[in-house]
Amino acid sequence: MAYSNEVRDSFSKELDGIREAGLFKEERWIKSPQAADIEVEFPAGAEGKKVINFCANNYLGLSNHPDVVEAARIGLGTRGYGLSSVRFICGTQDIHGHLEHRLTEFLGTEDTLLFPSCMDANAGVFEAILGDQDIMIADRLVHASIVDGMRLCKAMRDTYKHSNMEHLEEKLQDHQDKRIRLIITDGVFSMDGDLAKLDEIVALAEKYDAMVFVDDSHASGFIGKTGRGTHEHCGVLSQIDIITTTLGKALGGASGGCVSGRKELVELCRQRARPYLFSNTVAPVIVSGAIKVLDLVSATTERRDKLEWNTKFWRDGLVKMGLDIKAGDSPIVPVMLYNAKLAQDMARDLYEEGIYVVGFFFPVVAKGQARIRTQLSAAHDQHHLEKGLEAFAKVADKYGILGKSKKEIKEMYGL
Amino acid sequence: MEEYKKAILEYVIKEYLEDDEDEEITYDTELISGGIVDSFSMVSLKRFLENKYDIQIPDADASPEAFDSVDKIAALVVRFKQA
Repeated sequence: MAYSNEVRDSFSKELDGIREAGLFKEERWIKSPQAADIEVEFPAGAEGKKVINFCANNYLGLSNHPDVVEAARIGLGTRGYGLSSVRFICGTQDIHGHLEHRLTEFLGTEDTLLFPSCMDANAGVFEAILGDQDIMIADRLVHASIVDGMRLCKAMRDTYKHSNMEHLEEKLQDHQDKRIRLIITDGVFSMDGDLAKLDEIVALAEKYDAMVFVDDSHASGFIGKTGRGTHEHCGVLSQIDIITTTLGKALGGASGGCVSGRKELVELCRQRARPYLFSNTVAPVIVSGAIKVLDLVSATTERRDKLEWNTKFWRDGLVKMGLDIKAGDSPIVPVMLYNAKLAQDMARDLYEEGIYVVGFFFPVVAKGQARIRTQLSAAHDQHHLEKGLEAFAKVADKYGILGKSKKEIKEMYGL
Repeated sequence: MEEYKKAILEYVIKEYLEDDEDEEITYDTELISGGIVDSFSMVSLKRFLENKYDIQIPDADASPEAFDSVDKIAALVVRFKQA
């Protein structure tokens, strides 16, 4: 079929529909390395604006750490730019093996396999280990990449209400006739910032003979006393059967992900997971940088401790000024606004005040649950947080929502 | 029919609404297109209908359109009860 004018028009109309629904996403060009202070060109062609970044996954501030950059540079010099191969043909260097070994040690598992991203890890892992006699029971708020991975797997699917252990228990009882039951959850939920109750989940898994899968992308490197993740925080290190996580957030922020866990399951991924088998190896420069990141996070907890302090300061500040936030301990702090337009308008005004945040609304979050998701970093210093709080107070006051409850905001702006 | 609708609505509220949710669901509320029930969670609804009403709903009939409101689900149950 030729790309005729009619075909072009039909696609253009689809794009118009996305714009009309207020769902059109525009990229903002950042003209500096990732950091607390960044320079942004927005809208396109505008002069660069210096803003404080409160929406990066740069939790530990390692995305542009000089030691990581230098390690990446050395990797580039000694192992080259690319490998032009998938892993199992001629794409595995010694450093890939070293990084997998280091991740296994850090996560407290039995074995690890690198993927080009955690999205790829999640896309491949379920299909590699489960069959049509098995059941996947997922928390209803798991990340989109898990949903996609579950779609690609022949096993049956079910869900439980978000973090609702009674509901999960009912589902485990319902599915006792299946060969394998796999409980699937995020460690830290990316939109709400709350932590999975992994201690209770592991206990239920033992009671009902199930396995546990955790995507710890928003936790690896900083949740838990030594930053190993949600399983450390919940006291269940070595009891999670499968962990997927990313190198693209706290652990350097470049790219790459992994499946880590029981050695037989990891080996099945090495044999069968399609994103591993059919996409290129992780580039040497990324692998070298990630090994240095693990050196840094294993040597000291200084950065995750600072992040913890920043998180508390920020959460306390928002609550004191009278904003409605999702309670929790993680550096993902959603400011609840419920109305999609209010979230967009406030994010725009905050940008004018030099604070870079983004409004989230349906379908990214449930209808009537619009919010501005703020994210803390160890790269933030107290003056960044103070300026951020000042801006939030000013903008929230403009919209008259300080001290207002969900019900009151709903009455003022609708859902 | 009314009896089916009542039982289905009760199940939908118990199974799909979070405890702190103040959303109201009626017989014609859009469940799938309204974002209340996602496609994965439909599985438990289908299982509930099959067990409660002793019917078998083929996957082809358990479409998001057919499950999009309590009204439509009740109509589906009636159709399979009669079959």
